Amino acid sequence: MKYVDEFRDGALARGIADRIAAELQPGRRYSFMEFCGGHTHAIARYGIAELLPPEVRMIHGPGCPVCVLPIGRIDQAIHLALERGAILATYGDTMRVPASNSLSLMKAKARGADIRMVYSATDALALARANPQREVVFLAIGFETTTPPTALVIRQAAKEDLANFSVLSCHVLTPSAITHILESAEVRQYGTVPIDGFIGPAHVSIVIGSAPYQHFAEEYRKPVVIAGFEPLDVVQAIGMLVRQVNAGRAEVENEFIRAVTPEGNVAAQAVVSEVFELRERFEWRGLGEVPYSALKIRPAYARFDAERRFALDYRPVPDHKQCECGAILRGVKRPTDCKLFGTVCTPDNPMGSCMVSSEGACAAHYSYGRFRDIPVVSVPA
Amino acid sequence: MCLALPARVVALLPDDQAQIDLGGVRKTVSVALTPDARVGDYVIVHVGHAIGLIDAAEAERTLALFAEMALTPSEPSA
Repeated sequence: MKYVDEFRDGALARGIADRIAAELQPGRRYSFMEFCGGHTHAIARYGIAELLPPEVRMIHGPGCPVCVLPIGRIDQAIHLALERGAILATYGDTMRVPASNSLSLMKAKARGADIRMVYSATDALALARANPQREVVFLAIGFETTTPPTALVIRQAAKEDLANFSVLSCHVLTPSAITHILESAEVRQYGTVPIDGFIGPAHVSIVIGSAPYQHFAEEYRKPVVIAGFEPLDVVQAIGMLVRQVNAGRAEVENEFIRAVTPEGNVAAQAVVSEVFELRERFEWRGLGEVPYSALKIRPAYARFDAERRFALDYRPVPDHKQCECGAILRGVKRPTDCKLFGTVCTPDNPMGSCMVSSEGACAAHYSYGRFRDIPVVSVPA
Repeated sequence: MCLALPARVVALLPDDQAQIDLGGVRKTVSVALTPDARVGDYVIVHVGHAIGLIDAAEAERTLALFAEMALTPSEPSA
């Protein structure tokens, strides 16, 4: 496929990795956080971690919307479907996220809840049109990429005056999560998570542009390189970060220039700000409550806000005690540091959210990396 | 979750819809978020919506930069 295949050339990737190795400064270690789950997945799937010299370490960030969705939000969705008789429409990614009482949306569906997987927010709207006698709630999750489509359907529902459609908004914001990590004790004081720079999101940046990252370069002196999700994009971006670190620069650079502009997608931003406003606080799995890090539906569209329509209260629920998702999402621990990894917790039966989505750090390592942890020993014949 | 694929616009349809070609598969998606998309353009499709356009010239330039960055030259692909 055009714009995919040519960005997956393995020989070229090796050549760029060789250049990175040649340019490293002796005795220096380089730690970069890839914010996005899409990059985490690419790094695991294409073996980029192995391609890099050992002095370069990639730290997985919290940019997987499924992984950061707290139990309390899934509980709200299950409550709507099981106890309030609503049809709950959701992206497939959320179906297996563990919730309270050993439930998930998938298990609630097995108990008779009417839960429908949709590909697009517009499919949820179609469900509402087709079932006028039922309440239809769309569980809307995701970063800045999925928010514009949700905003479009809310606006469309208002236009059609649909009386039975509402949205449970769990849309979150990338820049506030990056700020939260940079302000965290592990990064600022303890130095347990050394971050020399960030790989900036691919598709999120198409929507918000490259300008919002300027703050991290200027205020925190951290280089940011926005990168596409293909393997060559990622390797190239790591090379660009190494060059910035070597030169003592902290700038926003754009490797994904074929799709990302400084100002982003203005049409998408306009519909989002028409329908949504900032939430004062929102709980993230792993990060806790992060101020101004999520979006809620504006009062003008209040009748489409499921939280108001069903007078929902939010109750935070702690994760499983042994689950290390929180520390993994902050970059403090790696998937293999968790006792549950690969034994009790697998993609088929996830205990924590990082094992649910293929972009979660645990699922990515389970699928593509777990056999690399085992040393190859030859047995004499 | 943020998975998106580049696809070519084949036809613009009413109500901000467009038919796209994704490696031979035809599909109808919304182009409400990319009002500038024209037939022949490559758009980035995410959850049934085009969220951005691909700049063909910049894509070529990026590929050239990869080749420049690579220390060992790439084997000509068979």
